[in-house]
Amino acid sequence: MDTAQPSRARLGLRAVMITAVAILAIFPLLNQLPADNVFHVSDFLVSVSGKWICYAILALSLDLAWGYAGILSLGHGAFFALGGYAMGMHLMRLIGPRGSYGHPVLPDFMVFLGYQELPWYWLGFNHFSFAMLMVVAIPGLLALVLGWLCFRSRITGVYLSIITQAMTYALMLAFFRNDMGLGGNNGFTDFKELLGMPLNTGAARISLFYASLIALVASYLFCLWITGTKYGRVLTAIRDAESRVRFLGYNTTSHKLFAFVASAMMAGIAGALYVPQVGIINPGEFSPGNSIEAVIWVAVGGRGTLVGAVIGAFSVNGLKTWLTSAAPDLWLFVLGGLFVAVTLFLPKGLVGLLQGRAK
Amino acid sequence: MRPARSVMKRIIVLVLLLLAAMPARAQDAFLTALPGLGGGFGAQVEAVERLGALGDPRALPALRALSEGRLLRLADGTLLIRDGATQVNAATGAPQQAAEADTQRININNRVRGALRGALGQLQIISPDPDERFAAAEAIFRSRNAANVPLLEAALARESVPRVRERIALALAASRLVASDPAAKLAGITALGATASPEARSILLEARAANADVLPQIEAAVADIDRRLAIRRVAETAFQGLSLGSVLLLAALGLAVTFGVMGVINMAHGEFVMLGAYTTVIVQDLARDIPWLQPWSLPLAVPMAFLVTAAIGAAMERGLIRHLYGRPLETLLLTFGVGMMIQQAVRLAFGAQNREVISPPWMQGTLMLPFDVPVTANRLWILCFSLVIFALILAAIRMTRFGLEMRAVTQRRAIAAAMGIRTGRVDALTFAFGSGIAGIAGVALSQIDNVSPNLGTGYIIDSFLVVVFGGVGSLAGTLIAAFGLGVINKMLEPWAGAVLAKVFVLVAVMVFIQRRPRGLFPQKGRAAEA
Repeated sequence: MDTAQPSRARLGLRAVMITAVAILAIFPLLNQLPADNVFHVSDFLVSVSGKWICYAILALSLDLAWGYAGILSLGHGAFFALGGYAMGMHLMRLIGPRGSYGHPVLPDFMVFLGYQELPWYWLGFNHFSFAMLMVVAIPGLLALVLGWLCFRSRITGVYLSIITQAMTYALMLAFFRNDMGLGGNNGFTDFKELLGMPLNTGAARISLFYASLIALVASYLFCLWITGTKYGRVLTAIRDAESRVRFLGYNTTSHKLFAFVASAMMAGIAGALYVPQVGIINPGEFSPGNSIEAVIWVAVGGRGTLVGAVIGAFSVNGLKTWLTSAAPDLWLFVLGGLFVAVTLFLPKGLVGLLQGRAK
Repeated sequence: MRPARSVMKRIIVLVLLLLAAMPARAQDAFLTALPGLGGGFGAQVEAVERLGALGDPRALPALRALSEGRLLRLADGTLLIRDGATQVNAATGAPQQAAEADTQRININNRVRGALRGALGQLQIISPDPDERFAAAEAIFRSRNAANVPLLEAALARESVPRVRERIALALAASRLVASDPAAKLAGITALGATASPEARSILLEARAANADVLPQIEAAVADIDRRLAIRRVAETAFQGLSLGSVLLLAALGLAVTFGVMGVINMAHGEFVMLGAYTTVIVQDLARDIPWLQPWSLPLAVPMAFLVTAAIGAAMERGLIRHLYGRPLETLLLTFGVGMMIQQAVRLAFGAQNREVISPPWMQGTLMLPFDVPVTANRLWILCFSLVIFALILAAIRMTRFGLEMRAVTQRRAIAAAMGIRTGRVDALTFAFGSGIAGIAGVALSQIDNVSPNLGTGYIIDSFLVVVFGGVGSLAGTLIAAFGLGVINKMLEPWAGAVLAKVFVLVAVMVFIQRRPRGLFPQKGRAAEA
């Protein structure tokens, strides 16, 4: 969709992105201003925008898969949650003997469930670098297996969407089980520290905020770069006419697979940054509803534009935060209405509106 | 004061005892056997067996008290039965109070306990209460004494309640097993082998050591029971699987029409099912005040639910979906949004909590199928109902004018239009038809699931899997996929647990689609390319 764009509009979009990042970057500074100042940003807004930045990374990853490769994943929330769980496992290990039961190694829920020793898949998570590797490796591996199976058999369109939805649904059921050794119903919570920093301090919040912002910029630049390469062009061509690209001699399976895996890894990073900020991860993150909400962020912003995904994530979540406190009953109507309105009247999303003006 | 009162009490007790004993003669077998209960364990066993064999109803309270630890002994050997705060003389049944300090609880060991079970059984088997007779047969079955055979034979001849009869026959067979007469023993073995009872099996296994001479017969009988138990287990699993399959089939049938035949992906399908369930609740509430209508509220809800959801489906197709034909991903998102709004509207209108649905009397209770498989009536009804609905849909598509037009439009839209078929109208009707079926499914599911605004979300993924697994566009495939997945799920459940079984099935279907992307029964020819 960005192929026929006039360059002025494209530059405009990048300007929007730069402005948005710049505004976000000074949020913690504005937070330091006295409360009666016009530019004061409340603690709540800082912490909530930290969450939104993670959502924006998830939206970017989905835009790469859906907007550029044509893979409408209804299970991206699963990659997000897996990254979150990997981070959660690291944070749980860092609690150490400070849990309610005071066990030196085992997290509270394992003591409660009568575990004698740490299950093998928990080993290594006490090292930050190993945990960070897993944050990208686990979602990436799942995407690799699922993508390879699906793309190889040429499963596309709605079938692929349903399969990804079934995947996240199956994972949700599995993670709800106590004998998975991953906290069952309650998931992980009561985190204490990360990289030696106590999580309940303002410094930790601000560090995580900037870490998320840097990750967002990095993800954006990565997507921008990859969609601009020849590989990106082929990917867009696959989205628009897969059979034709295949007949031209390209291996469409591996092209799509790369995009899907990269996208899943980005979603994993978003989840890993999200968990220490909200302080909890539980199987509810796998619910199909979460994944489909991420799809609507991209759709509202305008898919296949990258900036659109970011704008969509911020605007829809801003609307949600405002509405769920102002008129909680109305929110699901508005969300449902967004699905209808965007598909019927605004197929190019908010970015499409901006571009229409630029022309 | 205290010693004096105690002496007084003893005197009173003695006097009462003498008075009570007076009418009884020394020849009374009951009275001669009774004191044995207060003796050593050996004497107790002997006394219990004698009392049981006597068949004297007077012995029943004493034996019961002994088995429940309520039989007390005074220093002079008198036996008292404690009944709450009061005490009665075991021999006479007359009230008699004794101080706590003077009485001693009579203890029993396992041997006495075994003898008591048999004796109690012998006495209770003549009780007028069928439940007590059943319990008696049960007790005799456990105690297993060859001496009980004549008693049981007589009881069996008298018995008219089938449930008790069956139990007495089992007890008789078990008692014959320990008889010394080889013919009776063989008869017992054969009778036990003819049952499907795990208890009979363990009794036979126990008897192996003592009966080396009839070992082959015992082994054969055990094998017989094993075979019957295996059949019952298979039958149970099969029924549970078919029952789950019928639920899947009902949920998926509407989707098989809208998605399978028409190619429109409808993520609001689950919400249509939920609307059907709520229609049932509304019809039930309306019929509550009209007595003659009340039992018919459920059958009445079927067409009502069809009409309601079909109308909403038609409106949705004409108003929204029509604009997105040929763009399946957008349709998916749009219908998801509509589903979200329907769900929220229902939540606001009816509340988020579960609504109660009353099953009509003919759908309540449990039936026994052959091989002793218990089935709840509502599950059986739903199984039959799903098959009837399936047959009706198939008939509607194959035999009616509407079905013909529907197939024509889905196969070649342009040609159908050229033949004078109003394709837009057919589209709306087809979508309404599929939505209506979802509503009917909701009526059935309201009987076994919680009627809440979230009812539909649980079915949507399962329904899609069934349709895709069976082969998009193939109704017969949907039928086989639904029952197949249901049975496989129930087969996995015993060793994987309910949740993991579901996960396994999900993964299995996903892997299966790898091998055969077009499902079990792929469409052939031009339709396959669409």
